[in-house]
Amino acid sequence: MSEPRSPGRRPGLEQRANRRGFLASAGAGIFAATCATLAGRSAAYAERLLATRFVELSPAEVERRLADLERSLSQRYGTAIRVASDRALEGVHFGYGLDLSRCIGCRRCVYACVHENNQSRDPQIHWIRVLAIEQDKGIDLLESDPYYDPATVPEEDHFYVPVACQQCRRPPCTKVCPVKATWQDADGIVVIDYDWCIGCRCCMSACPYGARRFNWAEPTIPSEAVNPDTHVLGNRPRPRGVVEKCTFCVQRVRRGRYPACVEICPVGARKFGNLLDEKDEMRYLLREKRVFVLKEELNTQPTFYYFYAT
Amino acid sequence: MRVSEIWAFVSGCARLAFRGGRTFAVWIGFLLVLLLWGGGAYVHQLRHGLIVTNMRDQVSWAFYIGNFTFLVGVAAAAVLLVIPAYVYHWKPIKEIAIFGELLAISAIVMCLLFVTVDIGRPDRAWHLIPGLGQLNVPTSLLGWDVLVLNAYLLLNVVIVVHLLYSAFHRRPYRSGFVVPLLLLSIPSAVAIHTVTAFVYNGMAARPFWNASILAPRFLASAFCSGPAVLLILFQILRRVSKIDIKDEAIWKIAELMAYAMFLNLFLFGAEIFKEYYSSTHHLAHTRYLYSGLHGHTGLVPYAWASILCSVVAFLLFLIPATRRNFVTLNLGCLLIYTGVYIEKGMALVIPGMTPDTLGEIYEYAPTLTEVRVGAGIFALGFLVFTFLCKIAIPIIQGEYDAEVAARPGGAAPPSSDLAHARASGA
Repeated sequence: MSEPRSPGRRPGLEQRANRRGFLASAGAGIFAATCATLAGRSAAYAERLLATRFVELSPAEVERRLADLERSLSQRYGTAIRVASDRALEGVHFGYGLDLSRCIGCRRCVYACVHENNQSRDPQIHWIRVLAIEQDKGIDLLESDPYYDPATVPEEDHFYVPVACQQCRRPPCTKVCPVKATWQDADGIVVIDYDWCIGCRCCMSACPYGARRFNWAEPTIPSEAVNPDTHVLGNRPRPRGVVEKCTFCVQRVRRGRYPACVEICPVGARKFGNLLDEKDEMRYLLREKRVFVLKEELNTQPTFYYFYAT
Repeated sequence: MRVSEIWAFVSGCARLAFRGGRTFAVWIGFLLVLLLWGGGAYVHQLRHGLIVTNMRDQVSWAFYIGNFTFLVGVAAAAVLLVIPAYVYHWKPIKEIAIFGELLAISAIVMCLLFVTVDIGRPDRAWHLIPGLGQLNVPTSLLGWDVLVLNAYLLLNVVIVVHLLYSAFHRRPYRSGFVVPLLLLSIPSAVAIHTVTAFVYNGMAARPFWNASILAPRFLASAFCSGPAVLLILFQILRRVSKIDIKDEAIWKIAELMAYAMFLNLFLFGAEIFKEYYSSTHHLAHTRYLYSGLHGHTGLVPYAWASILCSVVAFLLFLIPATRRNFVTLNLGCLLIYTGVYIEKGMALVIPGMTPDTLGEIYEYAPTLTEVRVGAGIFALGFLVFTFLCKIAIPIIQGEYDAEVAARPGGAAPPSSDLAHARASGA
């Protein structure tokens, strides 16, 4: 490369460095812009490309992350969305009880969950799956039908088994994640960092209860149906290409409320509480009723207990 | 190593890679067309998400991961050449062991691509890089897979580059450097396949995979199918280049493959016995594969085709007469490759997820987009392998070196006894 010989015209080291720096940042900018364009996203997406794991953020960084999320989500859905990050409460380990003698298979829990937790309407995502089984078959999953669609429920000689994340004490899903995007919080809820998940779906293969769902396409929620009270590891609207699942309504239960499915059940089949509190209804249930768990031999030790009250 | 030497090597390789006759141009043209065809499909997938595949929550791993699993086996098979060459110093194979490494490199490139096209957020793939992201080792087997696959790739690249670089600059290769690496590649090959098997094996949720026999089966099927590619390649190479590959070498590899085929069939038989005799709920997956379940029989013809191919191939390789006859040998190679491709691809992944964990049957078959992406990746793998062979053959034969490359036009000299003598010394 020939350079001009007259003094003062030859680019000095500093200028060369500036040029290099400019080229480098231009290059990075072009790369980010290309990625953003290819993925059909905004410029802020390019920033988020290099974001760190949620658990590694300092409190100040958490604030910034939440503010950024609130801004982009509110813009997207045209309504003010709040994103909280409540941590697990001390001395709490959540447990769930499901009374199979009462469940009528109405699926109100499924839809309440969809609304509460901002699940995609198209493609359709349901965190809860209700299985209809003939009564004389017992809990035989191979004989179950999740697509029952009679005129009225309950159907004769059938009983219903709703299944969602069992929030296992020994979750098989968290150990297989290659990037530590999913873990069990102190109160027993297994959560996912939706901004860190790479969408490899290893956890979905590992879950024995079919509890996890994948965002195969960009999730869609009609703006008027969005639930604006969200938790960053719970029901905030998820991006494409990541895994999601029931979180026991982490946005509710860490503020002393019940999960949406427990509230909506018209026959009182669903129980919920703190397993560490002796006076809690869950402890009463474990003491007074005969509980069992699904696929007990797999030693996942779910905190989701099934029982028959009558 | 001086910069000028490195540059001479790189430019020499580039020149070797891109020159060739009409057949070569047609072959490369064909591969490029496939690559573009696949690339277009991948762009479509990036725009719309993985919903353009037929994977759904019930069958969340399918065509891409099936191909990945099969190709890990092909990559591991290079070891079947390295062991006789460098542990037993069997000369006929020593001269051609490098092709095993070239195949390993191409196969690993394809493996990494199949995983990349399968994940939902390829823009977050950097999360897997230790230090930069957060690789979950020792707990996650997929995390280990990332490590061992890349280590095996690096190992093979270093070995190949050293061998070629030394030959190019007319130096004997440094045994003290390269032989330990070659010996290390043996447990590495076992590692990549065992770790991949463990990814499946460790999942209690999937009884079809949660069997201790999976890792041994993987190894057996890898060693009986991977070298099949090489056997056919060696016959092509003998014909289109001046490389001397003795019948002995080919027959010895075929013999070793026969042992692996027997083991593969035996382990398969053991699995079948256990499933059908104990006859628990777990049998549902095997039944779906071999006889269908509740009217869903999509995989049945492929499952039986795989068994037929593997058994016939075993017989062809077992009987010395058919093993030494190149027509039946090549037929056997095609059969075993097909058989294992099905067995470790779709016939491993799909039944593991059908019925799903709650008993639902979602019948999966790949979409055109998935097939196109797969074809594109295979095309890229073949391109890599073609270029690597194109570069390696003249160099290891001693026909092309720094001196030749430096000549104006860099034309390949006519073969000579001197060139052959140099080749056997390398």
